[in-house]
Amino acid sequence: MKNKGLTKVDLIFETIDVRKVMTKAFEMTSDEIINEILESGLKGRGGAGFPTGLKWKYTAAEQEPEKYIVCNADEGEPGTFKDREILDKAASKVYAGMAIAGKAMGSKKGFIYLRGEYRFLLPQLFVELHKFHKMIHEIGYDFTIEYRMGSGAYICGEESALFESIEGFRGEPRNKPPYPTVSGLFSKPTSINNVETLVTAVMIIEKGANEYVKLGTKDSRGSKVFSISGDTPIPGIFELELGMTVQEFVNEFGDGDTKAVQVGGASGFCVPRKRFGDTIIGFEGVPTGGSMKLFNSSRSMYNVLHNYLDFFAEESCGQCTPCRVGCQQLLKGVENVKKGEAKSTYLNELVKLADTMKVASKCGLGQSVGNAFKSIVENFREEIIY
Amino acid sequence: MVTLKINDQEVKVAEGTTVLEAAKKLGVNIPTLCNHPDLCVAGNCRVCVVEQTGARTLIAACAMPVSEGMDIHTNSLKVRNARKHIVELLLSEHRADCTKCYKNQKCELQTLANEYSFGEHIFLDLVENHPYIVDRSSPAFIKDDSKCIRCQRCVRTCAQLQHVSAIAVANKGAHMKISSFHDRPMSHVVCTNCGQCVNRCPTGALTEKTYIDQVWDAIYDTDKHVVVQTAPAVRVALGEDLGYDPGERVTGKMVTALRQLGFDSVLDTDFTADLTIIEEGTELLTRLKKVLVENDHSMALPMFTSCSPGWIKFIEHKYPKMLPNLSTCKSPQQMFGALAKTFYAQKRNIDPSKVVSVSIMPCTAKKYEADRPEMRSSGYKDIDFVLTTRELAVMIKQAGIDFRTLEPTHYDSLMGSSTGAAVIFGATGGVMEAALRTAYEIVTGKPVPFKNLNIMPVRGMDGVKEATVKIEGTTEEWRFLEGAELKVAIAHGLVNANKVAKAVSTGKANYHFIEIMACPGGCIGGGGQPIPTNVEVRQKRMDAIYSEDMHMDLRKSHENPEVIAIYNEFLEKPNGHKSHELLHTHYIERESY
Repeated sequence: MKNKGLTKVDLIFETIDVRKVMTKAFEMTSDEIINEILESGLKGRGGAGFPTGLKWKYTAAEQEPEKYIVCNADEGEPGTFKDREILDKAASKVYAGMAIAGKAMGSKKGFIYLRGEYRFLLPQLFVELHKFHKMIHEIGYDFTIEYRMGSGAYICGEESALFESIEGFRGEPRNKPPYPTVSGLFSKPTSINNVETLVTAVMIIEKGANEYVKLGTKDSRGSKVFSISGDTPIPGIFELELGMTVQEFVNEFGDGDTKAVQVGGASGFCVPRKRFGDTIIGFEGVPTGGSMKLFNSSRSMYNVLHNYLDFFAEESCGQCTPCRVGCQQLLKGVENVKKGEAKSTYLNELVKLADTMKVASKCGLGQSVGNAFKSIVENFREEIIY
Repeated sequence: MVTLKINDQEVKVAEGTTVLEAAKKLGVNIPTLCNHPDLCVAGNCRVCVVEQTGARTLIAACAMPVSEGMDIHTNSLKVRNARKHIVELLLSEHRADCTKCYKNQKCELQTLANEYSFGEHIFLDLVENHPYIVDRSSPAFIKDDSKCIRCQRCVRTCAQLQHVSAIAVANKGAHMKISSFHDRPMSHVVCTNCGQCVNRCPTGALTEKTYIDQVWDAIYDTDKHVVVQTAPAVRVALGEDLGYDPGERVTGKMVTALRQLGFDSVLDTDFTADLTIIEEGTELLTRLKKVLVENDHSMALPMFTSCSPGWIKFIEHKYPKMLPNLSTCKSPQQMFGALAKTFYAQKRNIDPSKVVSVSIMPCTAKKYEADRPEMRSSGYKDIDFVLTTRELAVMIKQAGIDFRTLEPTHYDSLMGSSTGAAVIFGATGGVMEAALRTAYEIVTGKPVPFKNLNIMPVRGMDGVKEATVKIEGTTEEWRFLEGAELKVAIAHGLVNANKVAKAVSTGKANYHFIEIMACPGGCIGGGGQPIPTNVEVRQKRMDAIYSEDMHMDLRKSHENPEVIAIYNEFLEKPNGHKSHELLHTHYIERESY
């Protein structure tokens, strides 16, 4: 398959006439909105990549008078900072996405769960929210949005833990099923979407799905905002069309000495130099919620791994065994191997443990710890041992 | 109905059934740890993971509802590997001092380890990674965090069954632990010492504080006269720890065993249960008269029972404004204790300082109750040691007694006689039934108008029960109650107690008399009873209690000959001066955290 190459686009931050889009959406039926999103092939931009149209369709199908639209703005993945920028620069488009989702699913109430560290954004966000409410109520929408603040726990970005947090409980993931579309916030049908997903949905309604599908690949439609950091001369936020290889990405953003790229943050995959050329950034290769971290040859991959494991051992909610104890074992295990207190073959046991964590953990956090662990240990084994 | 396959066997179950329950129906055993039949599903230990064909991950059988066409494998290689890892992970954060552990051979983690984790451990020991606290502050139980596997059964018990939440999850990740408000010692938080968490802890992280050695020391101290009392609910549950099925009555064998253990006198808490009825019944009638006739509101209605020390501490913490509504009667255990070192010692001509008073209780809160500073009205500590049903079973085993072959015998005579009314104290509704049997007869001169004296509306496992008894044909003295409808309520489990207390405190309920037991099912489901507990086990114990009642010659407290005698010889009259000195108590307002 020929890849798409690297193309910069400007859709998420593009200034649009929000009132015009809102008026257009107001005149569409629920089915029309959902079909538009379905046809666009949009997948959730938080990282997990569940088809947004399906999520909306399932929520719309629930016969329950009370439903909720939740915007997940608890951006906490290490190396991700795009949602902050979106909220800072294009908050009205986030609100618009929620109101359109509300119209499509028959919900009158939206909540934005904002990362605790982003509290400083609130004054401006409130000003814009006030204006937005006024505008959509004039058009005829019956929809209001409220903010709820996170308090720094990474796990609260997991959708069901986020609901628990909003409801006033300890942020711990729930058992699924039931899924949020059936029983989410306050046990009501809930569509929970990432900040960027909602803005993308607005863009799709504005331009039409047929325009949107021109961007990206079959499995990864459209464009995406990337948070680029690490050993790069140009760190920051970039919106890129999906479908490029890691090599093309590195050619643009690397410092000429890139040995690995961590795609998707601590819960994502580490791509080593030898795989740059044949790894596509997207759902056909390595998916990402936006975090792209470049490492050059001066970096110790042991330190990188240790940092991630330290993070997970701290940020696991501690509820389920594989994640709570598994993270500690992986951390202490690599430390002991490094210090020579455990044999290098112990890494094989740890890889098996990472596999167990992937299949036996309760939520996405524990299930994805193994991604970074395995891809670093398998590709940089000598750096872990020596 | 939903059809699915488990290990290639087809099974049809109702919608909403979990995979775990469906497997059980086929006789397929899936191991569990965090799961408990009394509690909501947690799905956090992950020991019960099974493989569903086509699913991306393994699924937790306890939390996954069945769906049509599911194809489940409970023992595939993938499942076995994951399960072994999970058990190993739990062991790596658990201080496995098994031979030193009170729960040795009764530990659910140990059982799993025997099946999945023999030989060398795979993972590194994490126990020393954390500073663990062993909290011995409560007189009732010990909380040892180094043995905790964070299954949260205790947390769910405390919140869901007891509405107390003295313990909850604190911190996250590697530092996640089960803790109290601001890490305060358990003796300084809202904990009621009910022991329901102890009863449900799968490991040795929560255990009763045991006084077995102290009791042995007393028994072998020739200078001491050791009396033992046994609570009503012990006799219908002790058998479970000694190889009997739930619901077996072992009263006579238990008495023989206690004698063989070396207690100088084997007595019955039932005696003071009967005494409680006289005292509490009189108190109720006095309150009714004061409030309803004399319009004297210095006494509060409704009146709550005060037999359950877990409930006492609960109301002291959570509804201190209603303390005047609590009967001032001590619990039967404490009445017994006060009399053992006064009346009993006098009668037997023993120096009360030489009397050691031991009680066998289905309860851990009784250990706390015995330690309350108010409970020294004999001039000594009224009850020296409280043992749970489980501890008694341990002593019987330690002594090498072959329980099954024991000949049943009777309690000793002084403070050993009882009635059926006292026996049913062990089940929710029992105190109410016993009180009504006596109070009705005092007021009307006739037995309660229920067949065989069985007041069915106050029985059963409903969380909150209500009944109305119409009083007719009163004697001259009680004429003011003629035609009155006595409204009563019964609640068991503190979550239900809270419902009733809340209704009363907000003026939404209009009762005269309310029986509350802290534990589900009443004392038969007490925190000190044999493990495991569940609805079926409790129902069997309850059936046994009522059957014991039916087998008694005397079934009304006021007919207990020793109770009649003690009033003639010692106490003079119910609620009299001596009673108030020895048998009544007061309560303390406590903080609500």
